[in-house]
Amino acid sequence: MMNGPERPLFDVEEMEISFGPQHPATHGVLRLQMKLDGERIVEAKPIIGYLHRGTEKLFETMTFPACIPHTDRLDYVNAAHNNQGFCITMEKLLGISIPPRAAYLRMILAELQRLASHLVWLATHAVDIGAITPFFYTFRERDEILDLFEEYCGARLTLNTMKIGGLPFELPQGWLDRCAKFVDAFPAHIDEYETLLTTNRIWKRRTIGVGVISPEDAINMGLTGPPLRGSGVEWDIRKVFPYDRYDEVEFDVPIGTNCDTYDRYLVRIEEMRQSIRILRQCLEKLPEGPIMAKAPKVLRSPEGMVYGSVESPKGELGYFIVATEKGTTPYRCRVRPPSFVNLQALPQMVKGSLVADMMAVIGTLDIVLGEIDR
Amino acid sequence: MPEPILQLLLIPLIKIVVLLVVVLLIVAYLTYAERKILAYMQVRLGPNRVGPKGWLQPVADGLKLFVKEDLVPGGAEKLVFMIAPAIVMVPALVMFAVIPFGEPFQIAGMTVTPYLADINIALLFILGVSSLGVFGIILGGWSSNNKFSLMGGLRSAAQMVSYEIPMGFAVASAVLMAGTLSMVGIVEAQRAAHIWFFLPGILGFGIYWVCGVAETNRNPFDLPEAEAELVAGFHTEYSGMKFALFYLAEYANMMIVSAMAVVLFCGGWLPPFPNLLAGLWALPVLAWIPGAFWFLAKMSFFLFCYIWFRGTFPRYRFDQLMNVGWKWLFPLSLANVMLVALGVLLLKG
Amino acid sequence: MPTSDDKPTPNTDEPVTGAEADKAAEIAAAKAKAAEEVPPKNPWEEKPVAPTHSDAMDDDDVVALEGLVVSADLFTGAVTATVDAEKILDVCRFLKEERGYAFLVDLTAIDWPEREEGRFDLIYWLHRHEDSKRVRLRAILGEDQTIESVESIWGAANWMEREVYDLFGVIFENHPGLERILTWEGFNGHPLRKDFPVEGIDTGAAIYPDVYPPGGGPIVPEEGEGA
Repeated sequence: MMNGPERPLFDVEEMEISFGPQHPATHGVLRLQMKLDGERIVEAKPIIGYLHRGTEKLFETMTFPACIPHTDRLDYVNAAHNNQGFCITMEKLLGISIPPRAAYLRMILAELQRLASHLVWLATHAVDIGAITPFFYTFRERDEILDLFEEYCGARLTLNTMKIGGLPFELPQGWLDRCAKFVDAFPAHIDEYETLLTTNRIWKRRTIGVGVISPEDAINMGLTGPPLRGSGVEWDIRKVFPYDRYDEVEFDVPIGTNCDTYDRYLVRIEEMRQSIRILRQCLEKLPEGPIMAKAPKVLRSPEGMVYGSVESPKGELGYFIVATEKGTTPYRCRVRPPSFVNLQALPQMVKGSLVADMMAVIGTLDIVLGEIDR
Repeated sequence: MPEPILQLLLIPLIKIVVLLVVVLLIVAYLTYAERKILAYMQVRLGPNRVGPKGWLQPVADGLKLFVKEDLVPGGAEKLVFMIAPAIVMVPALVMFAVIPFGEPFQIAGMTVTPYLADINIALLFILGVSSLGVFGIILGGWSSNNKFSLMGGLRSAAQMVSYEIPMGFAVASAVLMAGTLSMVGIVEAQRAAHIWFFLPGILGFGIYWVCGVAETNRNPFDLPEAEAELVAGFHTEYSGMKFALFYLAEYANMMIVSAMAVVLFCGGWLPPFPNLLAGLWALPVLAWIPGAFWFLAKMSFFLFCYIWFRGTFPRYRFDQLMNVGWKWLFPLSLANVMLVALGVLLLKG
Repeated sequence: MPTSDDKPTPNTDEPVTGAEADKAAEIAAAKAKAAEEVPPKNPWEEKPVAPTHSDAMDDDDVVALEGLVVSADLFTGAVTATVDAEKILDVCRFLKEERGYAFLVDLTAIDWPEREEGRFDLIYWLHRHEDSKRVRLRAILGEDQTIESVESIWGAANWMEREVYDLFGVIFENHPGLERILTWEGFNGHPLRKDFPVEGIDTGAAIYPDVYPPGGGPIVPEEGEGA
């Protein structure tokens, strides 16, 4: 019928769209270059680096204790784990063993921080999917945690609250009681969030079967933390390489079965409950005694490479420090940021799904750009 | 002044002015109510700085939007970009012409009807005019020359077209029961039947309400302006007064959908349980309360539901929204029309 | 001017009276006695002892790799096996497929500009889920040498290698998309190299270069413009 070269009736082409770096749902300055076929994602490419501050380079110019405040700025909603990771790595390198009271206090701070970080995750994840109310409920409790931090160390976000060899300050009076009060009240609040979301039909339809990644792929892509556990791999640094005194407390590692966004949501909710369990035990067992080990005033390192990691709310947060003989600064300090590696799996997880699923998957990976870009 | 001129010109003009003022005032305070109610649902205080308890907040918002710079993006289709907000706003206001707020009453020997027009195809008029609004949204989304706006506009178009059909069928069930398309006639039919139509037509009422929420692009169907995905959807590029028009139109549409629900299924201006209470002590009191009060009270309930949904639900995904519309609501509404028709036939015929 | 003499420092030159001397002797004796009786100190009360290096050629992974390992070192509980950079792909594939190291924890580099064997250390940090064992591979690379990408073995290596390329300038062969990741395209230099200045370099990027010329220093208002 038609003469000449055959042409399609409609000229169909993929739409290229750039999400971010300024976009309400990208949790910072993440940019996603997407090719869309209608609403379906053909290809998504994360572009990062907008928040690169050269922290690893800066570490090389600073003495070991001076690095700690800079670790706060990596994952800024989760400062305590960053401090802890750096400190335990340095303690490993210098052969310092810290007093039990310091270890327990660190665990209390870390678990409170895990709760605070998971609350931020839940808030932003829910807002991304359109439920705005959980945001305010979670931030109410998060504020109570931040109040506890403020009372302890004066800072709410960038805590800088650990030292190589222990902790800088003893607890203020009555802090433990207030902490215990919070711990007792918190499980009821988790129930409150769950009533809004867990059985909500729309929430389930938006998260079940979205962003599926098989356990093999998850391991191949280097996922750690809740995204890996959501895929059914039981792996938690606190269990496999216990640091501080995590081997003395009882807790379970929740895992998912369906490898989807809903399971990761359930895993994180259960992790909050387990954190409460750990906190209860820590508050009960907290021994008396010193909070600083006998560490030299000026830290001089032996020559060698050392890697220490903690289970941050996002995954395995590792510090790899290369030290020279009698050095006072790290020769090289590499941070293994969990968000950076987890974000890498994003294109694989969203391929072929809809634009709206992208928001659910970004939320479920729980990324923090400060840590990705460093 | 000769009687006809008074009847034909002056009174309608006064009514139009009163109606516009009242509607825009309600719309303005609806935004305030939404912020306040949402705030209390979300353990915060809401606006409380402008005026006592923040009562002047809508005025401040309006002033801010008036004096704000009106930006037109460089690559925009200027004429269409300017017209689009008007295309959305005008139908939203025109529809109020046929909404009966109360029953006719006497002033100085004249019968005044608290509605602008009682046309015999009022329902058809509303359905027709309401579908014009979507053009404004598509045009606004397209002319902004922004991919997010375009996607918002397209989503909105698809959503409104798909939900208009079950909505039409749901409305038809009320029409079948009343036997008229006139809004006043439908209310009178409910008075005559001694029952509000939502009881016999509960299914139709449910379908109507779901579709109504979807038609106004409100949570959980607020995909066209889903801020997490599309920044602000079709009005991403709008600012100042043009943005305000989109905003006002959304709230005016919410009012229309609520008012329609009241008229079609909840007895319009009739007091609750019209004839059950006859003879009871409450009757004289109820007779004293003007019908407009009942109308506004019922409408407020539906408006509250809108805000309540917003505080509770996450957002549907686009394909799920389409599924709900076409696979569930559409067949259900068809079945509902047949059931109601059968019932009407058996009872009346 | 006040000197240190003003401070109430204990004067050691003062003659010690008999009673005081007795007392001091008593205290010293008590202290010595107490020192004998105290139980062994807790580890955190002692001076920390830095960990030491030891040879790890008998580690079973190193043994399994046979001749591929040049040297192996055990430090703070982790084995670092130095392997030949040219055989890195074989070593990694063997470790993943035969030894079950399915998880690449980290991949990074260290810059030793003065070293003779080669400028860069590439570090591969592997993990085995079955028994939670970790092993570190180290490949020494000269400045103009390239190395095979391990992206085909562990997907996680993709971005890590891009980062090493970006920050150290190490070229990975057969990488699917070796682009800069943290700095922008067209950035000149590799920031984590030791010869890159900490304060950064002039990249030529400027906002409004015609108003604020690069290298122009602080803006001084022209005459007549007012302060």
